[in-house]
Amino acid sequence: MNMNRRFFITLTGAAAVAWKSVLAGAPEDSPNYKITDHWWAMLIDVDKCIGCGNCVRACSVENNVPEGFFRTWIERYQVDDQHMEDPLVDSPDGGMHGFPVRAPGTGLTGNGVKEFFVPKLCNHCADSPCTQVCPVGATFTTRDGVVLIDEKYCLGCRYCVQACPYGCRFIHPEKQVAQKCTLCYHRITKGLTTACCEACPTGSRQLADLKNPNDPIHEFMKKHSVQVLKPQMATGAKAYYANLDGSVR
Amino acid sequence: MNRFKDSEHLLRVVGVFLVGVTIFICFRAWFVPKSFGEFGHYRADSLAEVAALPIVHAGHETCEACHSDVLDVKKTGKHSGVNCEACHGPLARHAEDPAAVKPVLPDTSVLCARCHESNSAKPKWFPTVVTAEHSMGMPCNTCHTPHNPKIGGEKK
Repeated sequence: MNMNRRFFITLTGAAAVAWKSVLAGAPEDSPNYKITDHWWAMLIDVDKCIGCGNCVRACSVENNVPEGFFRTWIERYQVDDQHMEDPLVDSPDGGMHGFPVRAPGTGLTGNGVKEFFVPKLCNHCADSPCTQVCPVGATFTTRDGVVLIDEKYCLGCRYCVQACPYGCRFIHPEKQVAQKCTLCYHRITKGLTTACCEACPTGSRQLADLKNPNDPIHEFMKKHSVQVLKPQMATGAKAYYANLDGSVR
Repeated sequence: MNRFKDSEHLLRVVGVFLVGVTIFICFRAWFVPKSFGEFGHYRADSLAEVAALPIVHAGHETCEACHSDVLDVKKTGKHSGVNCEACHGPLARHAEDPAAVKPVLPDTSVLCARCHESNSAKPKWFPTVVTAEHSMGMPCNTCHTPHNPKIGGEKK
């Protein structure tokens, strides 16, 4: 091989690039994703939820959720003026197959009866009680605001299941580790929306990036009354509910 | 002379302590994963592990890249905001290999009722019917085309 100086210098450059990729290991799937540029949240418009169960089914398939457990679910509320504090709530199969029409005589009958659906999921709290109680550091808030579980590190001790004020965690019956909504972290880091948002036919659920100044959530929050669940617990919940009834817990 | 004997005791304690610390450091290095503590009190590698899980729903942009004809029909109707996989189910595998994985055509008598069956808890703005009275058991696509459901709308 004719090795002159020009060829040698080109070769060194190429070798340096090649060596860098060797050091970096396998190339990342989402090289453009910068974790510090995002702060994820979910916006839920209660007025738009029709209780079809699409989100629950989509989540189950996307995340391989074991049967009988739910990472997201829909609750049907029925409230009248005598039951503001203890509304009638049901969620058959997490609302996965929709909601049957109530049999006559089984619902509330007081004045001003109102009914509505409330989709629930992990609130991805900024100051989450569940991550604070984990004794081994198996659950944590990422720098882009998602609460995740390290399944390899989780002992299955159930502290976090008890700590979550929203009842979003469960123990996987076979793996014996805690599981919950990951806000479809495998999707949002690749520029996709979550499976539940993808499947929601009315746009009741919307993934929101609070660090993105062009995200429609900022405009929405200015024009609508938006609240979080159990604000008195100061969890920094990031599932924002629009048009939420005061009876929802 | 006695003083030296006493300090030997101390040296032994220090020796035992040092051995203990060494064992602790070795075990700690052995048991604590390398990336633990990189970003916080957790294993930083687990982020990549969660992010590497397989995608099941392709996302409507992927569908529309090939099925732009359906998109054109859907855009004109009431279902313009409904994503493909909301009705057709998760189809990332079809998007990866369209020939090998063929989507199953949904049964409209089940599919449509999921959203449009009358229920007192559904919001008032949402169009619902009591299917038993509305279609008398006929599948919805006898009259409606799901991509543009208005009767007389553009077909596809």
